[in-house]
Amino acid sequence: MKFKIVFNVCVLFFAASLLPAEQSNLKKVSFLPQWAPQAQFAGYYVAYEKGIYKKYGIDINILQGGPDSPPDKMLIEGACDFTTLWLSSAIKENGQGKKIVNIAQMMQRSALMLIAKKSSGIEKPEDINNKKVSLWNDVFQVQPRAFFKKYDLNVTVIPQTYSINLFLRGGVDVVSAMWYNEYHTIMNYGYNPDELTAFFYYDYGLNFPEDGIYVKGEYFRKNPEVCRLFVKASLEGWQYAFTHEDEALDIVLKYMEKAHVPANRVHQKWMLERMKDLMTDGNAAMPSGKLSEKDYLYVANCMKEIGLVNSAPEFKDFYKECPSYDKKK
Amino acid sequence: MIKRNSIAFKLIFSILISCTALFLGIFWYNYSFSKKIISENISDNAKNLTRATVNEIDSVLLAIQEIPENIASLLEHNPYDKDELLNIVHSAVEGNPEIYGAAIAFDPYAYESGALYFAPYYYRKKDSLEFTYLGSATYQYFYLDWYLIPKELQSPVWSEPYYDEGGGNILMATYSVPFYKNDGGKRKFMGVITADISLMWLQKMVSSIKIAKSGYAFLISKNGAYVTHPLNKLIMNETVFSIAEATNNNQLRDIGKSMIEGESGVVSIIGLATKRPSWLSYAPLSSSGWSLGIVFPRDELLLDITRLNRVVFILGFLGFVILFVILFLISMSITRPIQILADTTRDIGTGKLDFDLSAIRTKDEVGKLAESFVYMRESLKKYIKELTETTAVKERMQSELRIAHDIQMGIIPKIFPPFPDKPEFDIYGILSPAKEVGGDFYDFFFMDSDRLCFVVGDVSDKGVPASLLMAVTKTMIKTMSKDASTPDQILDMVNKEIAHDNDSSMFITIFCGILNIKTGEIMYSNGGHTLPLVVQSGYKIEFLKGDSGIAVGATEKAVYKTNKILLGPKDIICVYTDGITEALSKNQELFGENRLKEEMCAVRQMPLKAIILDIQRKVNEFSDGMPQADDITLLAIQYLGGIKKTEETVIALKNSVSEVPRLAEAVRGLLKSRNISEKIINEINLSLEEILANIIGYAYADKNEHKITVSLSISGSEFTAKIVDDGKPFNPLSAPQPDINASVKERKVGGVGLYFVRKLMDKIEYKRSDGKNVLILKKTVE
Repeated sequence: MKFKIVFNVCVLFFAASLLPAEQSNLKKVSFLPQWAPQAQFAGYYVAYEKGIYKKYGIDINILQGGPDSPPDKMLIEGACDFTTLWLSSAIKENGQGKKIVNIAQMMQRSALMLIAKKSSGIEKPEDINNKKVSLWNDVFQVQPRAFFKKYDLNVTVIPQTYSINLFLRGGVDVVSAMWYNEYHTIMNYGYNPDELTAFFYYDYGLNFPEDGIYVKGEYFRKNPEVCRLFVKASLEGWQYAFTHEDEALDIVLKYMEKAHVPANRVHQKWMLERMKDLMTDGNAAMPSGKLSEKDYLYVANCMKEIGLVNSAPEFKDFYKECPSYDKKK
Repeated sequence: MIKRNSIAFKLIFSILISCTALFLGIFWYNYSFSKKIISENISDNAKNLTRATVNEIDSVLLAIQEIPENIASLLEHNPYDKDELLNIVHSAVEGNPEIYGAAIAFDPYAYESGALYFAPYYYRKKDSLEFTYLGSATYQYFYLDWYLIPKELQSPVWSEPYYDEGGGNILMATYSVPFYKNDGGKRKFMGVITADISLMWLQKMVSSIKIAKSGYAFLISKNGAYVTHPLNKLIMNETVFSIAEATNNNQLRDIGKSMIEGESGVVSIIGLATKRPSWLSYAPLSSSGWSLGIVFPRDELLLDITRLNRVVFILGFLGFVILFVILFLISMSITRPIQILADTTRDIGTGKLDFDLSAIRTKDEVGKLAESFVYMRESLKKYIKELTETTAVKERMQSELRIAHDIQMGIIPKIFPPFPDKPEFDIYGILSPAKEVGGDFYDFFFMDSDRLCFVVGDVSDKGVPASLLMAVTKTMIKTMSKDASTPDQILDMVNKEIAHDNDSSMFITIFCGILNIKTGEIMYSNGGHTLPLVVQSGYKIEFLKGDSGIAVGATEKAVYKTNKILLGPKDIICVYTDGITEALSKNQELFGENRLKEEMCAVRQMPLKAIILDIQRKVNEFSDGMPQADDITLLAIQYLGGIKKTEETVIALKNSVSEVPRLAEAVRGLLKSRNISEKIINEINLSLEEILANIIGYAYADKNEHKITVSLSISGSEFTAKIVDDGKPFNPLSAPQPDINASVKERKVGGVGLYFVRKLMDKIEYKRSDGKNVLILKKTVE
């Protein structure tokens, strides 16, 4: 009798000791979205909330992004393991000697655009000549400048920060916007699409794919499998988000409220739907995550032309294809 | 209980229907009209409240605006140094409790060539004033809205509301005013002066606005973002457009656009917070361009009206129920007595006069009707009683009259022919009273063996009185004729007698005539009577000439005259009363004397009785359909005198069959001239032939010639044939009746033939005299 009890207790202890071992198999990583919580990062939040990362053995800690957390700086400094960046930003970093690699290109299509009020008389690119245009800084100026050059436009550039109120108040004639964000914000402020003229760089041969998942080159070398699994889980998260829109929005709004970010369900819905358009070409619900060499070279060349970078790494050094990789059995 | 076609139903139905229609009409009008009025009132009130609130907010904001504007003006026109600048900012914040913080932010290098940023900023922290310089690498204010927008627009501008990140999560707004410097005639942009204010007072003010139970006010920014709203979740998260998108509400989008474009209005919407139909009244803040909206919940505001109408409706309904009950009772009170009366009338119809109407006690029209019914009953009873009595009396009188009729007819000679043994004349008369008894009469009697007195009279009246006078007069005439020899004497005597005691002033027209049957002469006297019609010589038809005379009994002083007329053989005198000539047809035509004459002409050849009856029939046909107005009397006399008393022919025949036709000829000759019919002549001839055949066949034993004598005679209307033969004695009367069923051969002599003779002749006599058979056969021929 006594022996039985002792034996059972031992078994229990042994079993218990195994559990943390199981748990310790989860790889701890940190992920920083490049901005404050919004549907732009829905897939990651959803993947976390639905336990997809855990399924792939990743214990993820999603950091809060925003104006105070510049993603490129934090990635280089190791404040986060994974982050999302624009392709052009990553190229620029590499040009400055910071070795970061792309493990998944999420957005296939550029969402950057220019918007003007129809009432200001601007309906085609030529109408922008001699007008005031507000542009975001840095890499956000590659496409606009190419655009102005293409159409031989003479414009007054006003720096644009976090609001479009200057445009709304009539301070500038043309404003920079992301299709998934500011475009709908303008609609939320009372403008109907038929009152606006939209210039998508995508339509004018200036397609710079934007968001992608980046890690330090070093980190990839040390943890290739984790990276691949991270990508796989993230892609799955995005797929789930696209097919369970309402649930995904609930999750996103929760994170936004926690971060005290002004949250508006219709705006996030618009954003999520545009993400689908930008990531999946509209057909498949699962983003491909692939970066085409052509796109990479195109962006790199444009940047070189403007003088933002002097050189860019080789494609194979820059892009580490993960999405098609299956976990080795 | 109420039948479909009863008065109660009709009354109730029609009144209730019309009342319902009327009530509904009034109610509907009242409801919609009052609703309209209230709505307009609310609309006006809404606009007023909105404007008042807007003005109140504006007054605060406009006051605040002045401060940075004044500073801008000051800086533009006056020189300043750092201390002065700081002072200005400090006093701006200190001196104005609404201002949370203020700054003067210079354009890069505008203050000093070495200073990229220069933006002194004072702000409140708890109860004290804190100071700092804005601007750093991480806070490049010249790219921020509060700086960039007024710079680019070159005019002051209110920022969008934002949350103060310093702590406390207070909603703030900043008023930025660009300031300039005159640089060599040109206006150079120097920087922006700001004043930050907390919007807490604004939120408190707006959210304190309460309309009825669930009405509220809200404020949206120039971008349409909710600055204040009862649904806190919306504030700074949603704009009026995002809500419109979320609820698929295009109307809200249009309203939002109208609001941020600075318009005012009142519209009908479904309230966001209340989810109920409401009015939204909105107006812009002239200071910041934000827009105030006030939501007025429609049903709450119309609650009083709705409640009022509901009560009115219920009252109306109750009213109907009461009305229904009252109508029902009233109509019952009318129809029940009427029903009783209806049943009673039925009873009266069947003869039951002892009905009880005590159930009807009301004093109204129905009660009066019931009273009339009772009165009618009493009258009916009395009337029926009287009627019964009168009818009994009448019936008694009727039967007495019938008896009187019979008596009256009894005293008029009715048997025709009255004097068969006087073949000198023929007489026939008819009397047809208009009523049971009448005033007409006729009479005839022999005064002596040769003189026939005949009278026709017409009493001036009809009915019982006339009949009494008629009887008296007729009797008187017969009596007094014994002492008279001429008709005028008769009339005179009768007249004096009647006129003497004539209280009733009745009179009689009389035509009196005396016919001498030997001569055919008529003496006549007329007392006011219609002159008779005379047919003479077979074709002359005239009314007797002469004056009418005075009616008998009219006056004692009347004088009567006698006239004469001679009748030839077959002449007829026809006396009539005016019942004949004054008979009316359906077309109000009188029969008239001409028609009488014509008729007489048509029938004059007929036997006298046939003539009279024909005229009577003609008159009846004429007046067919009309009641007989007057007594009808016709008395006609046809004089036959001048004809031999008896006509006799004797014919001697040999006993041979060939002689028979001679006998027949003789019979025919005798009878034909007397207008005897063929049938009778044949019957006579048949009989005579039979007798003769028997004689010729069986009377003689030998074959010798014998003589048979046949005497034929007519006397009056009787024909006699006397057959004398000298054969063996044979009496046909004693011959046995023949067995008519036996065959011809078997029958005995004198069988069938004699049977016929016995049948055809009226009288057969036989005697044997002087060794001869004498057989006499008689037959009436006229």
